[in-house]
Amino acid sequence: MSKISRRKFLAGSMAGGAAVMMSPAKKALASGSFDGFPDGMGVLVDLTRCVGCRTCEAACNKEQKLPDPALPFDDYSVFDELHLGQKRRTTDKAYTVVNRYETESSTAPVYRKIQCNHCNEPTCLTSCFVNAYTKTPEGAVIYNPKVCVGCRNCMIACPFHIPAYSYDSVLNPVIKKCVFCYDTRLKNGKPPACVESCPQQVMTFGKRKELLKIAHERIRKNPDKYVDQIYGEKEVGGTGWFYISNVPFEEAGFDQDLPKEPIINNVKGFLAIVPMVLTIWPALFTGFHLLSTKGKSHSHGDENGHDGQEGQ
Amino acid sequence: MAINGKQLITWMGAILLSCFLAVSCYAMDYPDEVEIDSLANLYEGVVFDHAMHVEATEDCSDCHHHTTGTQVANEYCAKCHDGAQEMDIVSCQECHSANPLSPENLHIPRDDYNYHLDKPNLKAAYHLNCMGCHQQVGGPTGCEDCHAKTDDGERFYYSGKYAPEEPAHKSGH
Ligand code: HEC
Ligand code: HEC
Ligand code: HEC
Ligand code: HEC
Ligand code: HEC
Repeated sequence: MSKISRRKFLAGSMAGGAAVMMSPAKKALASGSFDGFPDGMGVLVDLTRCVGCRTCEAACNKEQKLPDPALPFDDYSVFDELHLGQKRRTTDKAYTVVNRYETESSTAPVYRKIQCNHCNEPTCLTSCFVNAYTKTPEGAVIYNPKVCVGCRNCMIACPFHIPAYSYDSVLNPVIKKCVFCYDTRLKNGKPPACVESCPQQVMTFGKRKELLKIAHERIRKNPDKYVDQIYGEKEVGGTGWFYISNVPFEEAGFDQDLPKEPIINNVKGFLAIVPMVLTIWPALFTGFHLLSTKGKSHSHGDENGHDGQEGQ
Repeated sequence: MAINGKQLITWMGAILLSCFLAVSCYAMDYPDEVEIDSLANLYEGVVFDHAMHVEATEDCSDCHHHTTGTQVANEYCAKCHDGAQEMDIVSCQECHSANPLSPENLHIPRDDYNYHLDKPNLKAAYHLNCMGCHQQVGGPTGCEDCHAKTDDGERFYYSGKYAPEEPAHKSGH
């Protein structure tokens, strides 16, 4: 699914929501705010240090009690894997993966670890109909699996393609993703398992604000080594995890076309109606059901529900 | 043999001179071999051939910064640290904390006079140093070239006797 259609979907759901709930939206918008938390923690990821040992993947697997991997974590053949022509992505069984990139700008391969970037203003959160997501003051974007209904809106909304769908339980379908080790570590002031496990300290954990200074400083001290960009400083309004690199980011698979302001800005109004959606949820679904069984309709609600299903 | 006063003085002079010469080459004594094992957990400790590395590399400061008293190669560091700054502290772990990210350490108020804020932890100080150089000079860089996995390590990586039995039937997408 292309970026454009994803945006369209978001805009569509907003319009639909706004049409239903005009006035409560305005009210909540005035009080609610989703600007980044001042003392939020973050992680600086320095690609120049990564040697692709996959120790972080193993640490994540252990910490989050994920199922056994298909291959050992010291098997490097996974870097050659392609799934539908794409490098590995995060799944419901692996919340972080490392990929290898052969680039024009560097003779040595570049390795890039991906996981949830814990956006300051997360689109997954704003796209969630049942309010399952929370951005905690510590900086983590977490979700409540008990509330999640598996609608997959967040999968479509995420600019980094991170949330993954668990097919394991038909009765309780849920989204799975990296939660910054919130429950087991971050909450108690400890860095996430991957950060601690890394032999090269590719990742540095700290207050987001201080890490940005360190990142700028590394670039300033080594202008020949680093490209002059911090990926995630501005992208989609700033992310809790951000990257510095020795090759232009697009060569290591980063999307350089993301907006520099939060995607949420377009959907803030929509955010406010989420609790309302909760209350009218059953009615809405009965509505969808009736409409779809009836066939033709030009209701907003129907279009959205339909789009959501297709957007895989 | 018997040594008289004059001979003693000559001998002592010679010894002093050789000490002086040694000092001017290498500012301090160093061990031939060091067992580095304070972190050992997933991997065994490392027996580090110090003497071989002193032979094979240019300068003590390739690894010890300026603290053994030799001139730092890194121009940027040399701006503030010239070779005269020999320090009592040489061992990596006295400056590079094994666990700088512990909750206790995170809440230590930052000393305003502390210039260096971006200092790697001990595990990374070793690896950035060893691997950084080995990548350039063709020294060993494979994880098990320097230290074998322990039983805990094999379990952690699902490797060796803990390897998944049915390999890759269908992985996620
Ligand atoms: C050039 C030698 C060298 C290479 C190559 C090397 N290491 Fe190490 N490693 C060390 C040293 C030295 C220590 C410190 C040992 C100690 O203090 O116990 C260490 C310690 C570690 C530790 C922490 C101690 C433990 O057992 O948990 C981990 C984890 C580790 N290495 C992982 C790796 C991985 C993964 C690789 C491959 C990418 C690797 N190392 C490659 C030298 C090396
Ligand atoms: C702008 C000046 C400046 C530069 C450049 C500089 N240092 Fe320092 N360095 C200091 C000062 C000031 C101190 C003493 C205060 C402190 O410990 O931070 C110091 C202390 C140190 C110490 C002793 C720290 C301790 O814990 O006792 C080491 C080792 C060191 N620097 C290494 C380096 C290295 C390696 C570089 C190059 C990457 C470097 N310095 C570049 C100013 C500098
Ligand atoms: C290739 C890197 C390297 C080079 C070059 C090197 N050293 Fe070391 N040295 C080490 C490591 C690693 C250790 C042991 C780990 C530690 O310090 O905790 C060590 C340990 C030492 C110690 C013992 C520290 C202690 O308190 O246990 C001394 C003294 C020392 N080195 C002096 C020197 C001198 C003098 C030179 C130059 C002639 C030199 N080293 C060159 C890496 C190096
Ligand atoms: C006297 C304190 C001190 C000792 C002893 C010390 N370091 Fe450091 N080290 C520092 C400081 C301070 C910095 C931060 C320099 C900077 O700001 O770049 C540093 C930085 C580093 C870096 C990152 C530098 C870079 O260029 O990115 C490595 C790698 C490192 N040390 C390895 C070692 C190893 C290996 C040893 C032991 C052989 C050692 N250090 C001993 C204080 C020390
Ligand atoms: C400044 C460069 C440099 C640094 C730093 C360095 N090494 Fe080496 N290392 C070498 C060279 C050169 C060789 C010899 C390579 C060869 O000839 O095959 C070597 C070889 C080795 C070997 C193989 C020895 C053998 O007998 O074949 C080991 C093991 C090793 N280094 C461990 C380490 C560890 C552990 C560290 C970090 C504490 C380290 N090295 C840091 C330059 C370095």
